[in-house]
Amino acid sequence: MDRLPTMIFKRLAFGVLTLVIISLIVFWGVEALPGDLAQTILGQAATEENTAALRAKLGLDQPAYVRYLDWLENVLTGNLGESLASGRPISELLSARLGNTFFLAGVSAVLAVPLALFLGVVSVLYRDRWVDKFISISTLSAISFPEFFIAYILILWFSVEYQIFPSFSRISPDMTLWSKLNAVALPALTLTLISVAHMMRLTRAAILNVISAPYIEMALLKGLSPWRIVVRHALPNALSPVINVIVMNLAFMIVGSVVIEVVFVYPGLGQLLVDAVSNRDVPVVQASVLIFASAYVSLNLLADVLSIVTNPKLRNPK
Amino acid sequence: MHNFWPALIRAPMSAKIGILIIAFNLLAAVFAPFIAPYGETQTVGAPWENGFWDASAPQHNPPTLLGTDHIGRDILTRLLYGARNTIGIALVTTFLAFAVGMSLGFLAATLRGWVDQVLSRSFEVIMAIPTLIFALMILSVLGTEIHVLIVVIALLDSTRVFRISRAIAMDVEIMEYVEVSKLRGEGLWWIIRREIMPNTLPPLVAEFGLRFCFVFLFIAALSFLGLGIQPPSADWGSMVRENAQGIAFGIVIPLIPAAAIAFLTVGVNLVVDWFLQLTSSIRPGR
Repeated sequence: MDRLPTMIFKRLAFGVLTLVIISLIVFWGVEALPGDLAQTILGQAATEENTAALRAKLGLDQPAYVRYLDWLENVLTGNLGESLASGRPISELLSARLGNTFFLAGVSAVLAVPLALFLGVVSVLYRDRWVDKFISISTLSAISFPEFFIAYILILWFSVEYQIFPSFSRISPDMTLWSKLNAVALPALTLTLISVAHMMRLTRAAILNVISAPYIEMALLKGLSPWRIVVRHALPNALSPVINVIVMNLAFMIVGSVVIEVVFVYPGLGQLLVDAVSNRDVPVVQASVLIFASAYVSLNLLADVLSIVTNPKLRNPK
Repeated sequence: MHNFWPALIRAPMSAKIGILIIAFNLLAAVFAPFIAPYGETQTVGAPWENGFWDASAPQHNPPTLLGTDHIGRDILTRLLYGARNTIGIALVTTFLAFAVGMSLGFLAATLRGWVDQVLSRSFEVIMAIPTLIFALMILSVLGTEIHVLIVVIALLDSTRVFRISRAIAMDVEIMEYVEVSKLRGEGLWWIIRREIMPNTLPPLVAEFGLRFCFVFLFIAALSFLGLGIQPPSADWGSMVRENAQGIAFGIVIPLIPAAAIAFLTVGVNLVVDWFLQLTSSIRPGR
């Protein structure tokens, strides 16, 4: 029985290693700037003294490993530095936006996960019939269409033609939950449409994979109803890959929200990151990349650990 | 290649449609300057004039079939030149990604040992970081010139190519004919080129289609965010971005380049699906 803890431990170790390497890459990103950061910030016209002063302020006169450890310590204690563009502390900029991004991803997940599981099961039940064909066509289009295409079609329908939902998702802490939901309706719907196709396709594949097993044929020969076979016999064994798919999609939603936040001018982390990249506000980019990457890596880690735990084959080693 | 034409004739309808879509886009990209009614950056009329669907739109000679953009340039012209830039850059990037990913993947599969370990582990870490986030960080440091864009995206994408080409080459590498050529004393390069490469190509061609779609959508997304191909060059992602404000007034112009992106990706995916079916029937179990 000691195989399971070992596997989980290995996976956790890899996750932590990944996070450390990400932090190194993020840190190195600033190191790799041509010239040095102080020069870049102040421009060519800066005087020697100004550059030296800023260099000392940013700690650029220290060796690289010292600065990395300092920086890491600061990041871990929540001190993310100041934005070059606005001079405000980055943690202040991030806190509200991080909540908004998680809110959007959460609403989309609540819509998308049950829908994807339901559609996945339906498409297995009606395999090779018109439902299945219809679902595979919509999957193909959801995979092929750029996010903003889907988003603008939804805007055109729901906000220009019928004026049900706003096309700009302004959101603030003092809004009621209902008006918040109204504001994120279209971005959440877009994220749902994009991720449902992917999740459903993998759910379908996972169940189909199980269905070709001999015990399913046995159940079929016993004369069980198709619904019972899928729900009672196939689903528990397909659970491990399906859970994996769901958690990976949550990770995908947090990252995938970048483009969608820009489309709907939603005040989330993605919008902040994109603005910071175009202003070359490197400290803000560093902080948001670190948050996005850690959220993504942690969720993927969770997905793998869950799929190890829920895999019946690994639970009872021979 | 000798059984390519019969296979094409027997191909399902969806694959034929896909091939037509791809051919149509490639022709538009190659012959853009000859087909386009106006110049790439030429202003033709007022902003956001409607196209053929609106009979009351102002008439021009030659006609602006698809209307005009936010500063009055002909959408059809911009689309044609955009095909050139968007598809061209995506193709170059995908080729570069395959050149890097395939050579490293084949090397790892043939040499095994520490080369394989080092390459596989480091690529695994890179793949654990979301591509868009990684790319945004690098672009914020290096700037968004076109060659930087191509190299960054190609290198990030080559990790995926590496993984699949290594996996496929691993299967081929254990075959007897590779063993024979090793015993015969052939060199590493010869084995990779003459024994492994021909036998891994069919699945890799399908992968090329998928990677192309990914890179194409990725560049479009970056351009849409204003971080990809820079104006005044026409490109489909930036065209959506430039005209995006119009959507709130019910102007459908930003949907045209977005639809063009979707159209090409659907076409490539249709062909890839067909190709995957073909190669899976050749090689059972893959």
